[in-house]
Amino acid sequence: MSNKPTPRVRVPANAKKDEIIEIKTLISHEMESGQRRSADGKTIPRKIINTFTAAFNGKVFFEATWHPSVSANPYQSMFFRASESGEFAFSWKDDDGSVYESKAKLTVA
Amino acid sequence: MAQRAAQTRRETLIAGMASFAAAAIAPSLALADAAAVEAEIKKLYGDKKAEAGRIKLDVPQIAENGLVVPINVEVESPMTAADHVKSVHVFADGNPLPGIVSYRFTPESGRAAASARMRLAQTQNIICIAEMADGKLFTARSEVKVTIGGCGG
Amino acid sequence: MVSRREFIQAGLAGSALLAGSGLGSIGRLAAQQRLSEAELLRFEPLGNVTLIHVTDLHAQLVPLYFREPSINLGVGEAKGLVPHITGKDFLAHYNIPAGSPMAYALTSEDFAALARNYGRMGGFDRISRVIKSIRAERGDRCLLLDGGDTWTNSWTSLQTKAADVVEAMNLLKPDAMTGHWEFTLGAERVKEITDSLAFPFLAQNVRESEFEDRVFEPQKMFERGGVKVAVIGQAYPYTGIANPRWMFPKWTFSLKDDDVQKEVDAARAAGAQLVVLLSHNGFDIDRKMARRVKGIDVILTAHTHDALPEAVQVGTTLLVATGSHGKFVSRLDLDVDKGGVKGFRYRLIPIFSDAITPDAEMTTLVKKVRAPFEADLGRVLGKTDGLLYRRGNFQGTFDDVFTDAMLQVRDAEIALSPGVRWGASLIPGQDITFEDVTNACAMTYPNCYRTSMKGSQIKAILEDIGDNIFNPDPYAQGGGDMVRLGGLTFTVDPYQTSGRRISDLRLARNGQTLDAGRDYTVAGWASINQGTEGPPIWDVVSTYLQQKKVITPRPLDAVKVVGAG
Repeated sequence: MSNKPTPRVRVPANAKKDEIIEIKTLISHEMESGQRRSADGKTIPRKIINTFTAAFNGKVFFEATWHPSVSANPYQSMFFRASESGEFAFSWKDDDGSVYESKAKLTVA
Repeated sequence: MAQRAAQTRRETLIAGMASFAAAAIAPSLALADAAAVEAEIKKLYGDKKAEAGRIKLDVPQIAENGLVVPINVEVESPMTAADHVKSVHVFADGNPLPGIVSYRFTPESGRAAASARMRLAQTQNIICIAEMADGKLFTARSEVKVTIGGCGG
Repeated sequence: MVSRREFIQAGLAGSALLAGSGLGSIGRLAAQQRLSEAELLRFEPLGNVTLIHVTDLHAQLVPLYFREPSINLGVGEAKGLVPHITGKDFLAHYNIPAGSPMAYALTSEDFAALARNYGRMGGFDRISRVIKSIRAERGDRCLLLDGGDTWTNSWTSLQTKAADVVEAMNLLKPDAMTGHWEFTLGAERVKEITDSLAFPFLAQNVRESEFEDRVFEPQKMFERGGVKVAVIGQAYPYTGIANPRWMFPKWTFSLKDDDVQKEVDAARAAGAQLVVLLSHNGFDIDRKMARRVKGIDVILTAHTHDALPEAVQVGTTLLVATGSHGKFVSRLDLDVDKGGVKGFRYRLIPIFSDAITPDAEMTTLVKKVRAPFEADLGRVLGKTDGLLYRRGNFQGTFDDVFTDAMLQVRDAEIALSPGVRWGASLIPGQDITFEDVTNACAMTYPNCYRTSMKGSQIKAILEDIGDNIFNPDPYAQGGGDMVRLGGLTFTVDPYQTSGRRISDLRLARNGQTLDAGRDYTVAGWASINQGTEGPPIWDVVSTYLQQKKVITPRPLDAVKVVGAG
């Protein structure tokens, strides 16, 4: 099996109040669609990340549900309106119940 | 059946002259179609009508790689508490399953825009539907051509 | 603005002398006397900026013959418009006398005879001479821009990984370039070269595939003749489809009006008075983009190898088409003030190699870079008693040599050869050297595979490639001309929809209909698959030529085009 999925996040460290910032995320994951068959004809079971959540200071501001057609090593970008300093928490929920997380601080001047 | 024929053609291309990327998706399972997408939308919103407009659906006209097709959706909205985009659902009418991604936005999103990357098994339509805070629906669609290319220039 | 008539007169004054001479029977000496360097370079200067454009040189350092297409069909909105006018219609459209130097340079009409009269075209030393003389006249008003497809497709460039061309281009001192086939050198080599250049490689539409970071600078601002000129680079947007993506796996290419618009807006915001798109989109894409993106003054087009003796105006955007293989250098003089472009004058300068004095410095350099390979280059493999050429929507006579070679040497029933637009022509009586062969096939993925394909697969491939060429929307077109076939005949209707263009596929040897369910042995080259096995195509063609000795081109009747009326 592959290594443990590793998230990577690009988010500015600083923003002005009310500035809308772009956040880009990637996570290494095969996103096995459940639609493929192995050489012996058996369906390879589905194993994808099904939910991505972006929260700031504990409040979710963006959520994505991913279906099996999302590419391997899924990328997700979104925006956020900066209002106060605090911390982002990004999480990726796997079909197998695992949750992968990444955090980032934001200072609003 | 139309989708059956399309699938057979797709299989033939895989073994052909070029490295056709969509091979990774389900060479032997039935593909979704426009009706499957409509059914999904109906499940979400019943018979409520969606208007054209407000959505900018940005997908390539020709996919560079069927396994990694960028999709950017942006919905025009002030993104205030009273007037914002609640959700956007994205579907494809020629993949094994119609769903691609669904987004939930909040006023804190600032912009109702998001980018992701999807697998497309063949040339097909991408359809998205956005729901506003007041319940209004908007829709947009765009075709992406998935080609074997390979004779270039 | 200067009128269209005026350009034609300025551009073709010399050829008027030939109008009464009939077709190419006037003799080489008489023809040559009509061509003087002074006449070829004659240009009434205008304004404060001179754009000099070269493009699609395909690493051709020395003069050659290159026959323009006789079939170059336009579809959708491009139907019946330049550059989709060929032969006599082209001559009539531009009022060019048959048999004149420009008729030879710009069309396929009477090509073999005129080639004898007017000689080879291009050559870096002649190009250098022309550029130097424009610079001498226009000084700091000049910008030299290279549209790409510069570094690849000759034997010496393949052997040196483009070091030869890069050195020669550096001597020309371009101000910027963009690219397409350059990427087939592989990402690492491209970066190695571009990092070493004294000028920028501009490509706003190439991004790193993970976080979409830029790989190259998108644009550069120059000041010429007191004018702020922004040059935006647009690499071939479908490089990742038309060429092996595994050679640059971490880069992604795009065709997005919005992205180009952002660059134009940024250039204007930074004070640009003139905005130039140095594009490798291809002419039809550029024509559409000119309508959709606001604020581009000039698009220097490339990729589709069109040579047009006038700039094409789309709204307020000028499109320039400089041809390929070094046959032409474009000079566009512009009168620009704070309010924008007030006037322009354009000339497509034909590089007649016998009329233009070679620039000695460049001649020396070209000799030096070719020296280690001279023995290979000059090796005679056979002779042709007819005209050999490739360019055109469908199979050319030189393509027949390639497909025949594959059928015979690889013992295949069907052969596939890519419809690339590059490859020099050979005139009747010419020896066929190894250099001539490699000018038509030198590339980094040359393996000639032998495989089995079902009839249905072959049909699907033809349909798919057909849609890349004949989709009515230029943004949905990708790649080059139609794939070339050996052992198979077919009918094509370019104006049909995808999946319905190709019909009546038959085996050439017995006229039997291609069986969708049967397996056929197929040979081909230039597969974009990683790990394709087989001998390099130049070995296959060399073997064939050495056996065959003399090539007699046969009528091109394997492809029947219908519905084109």
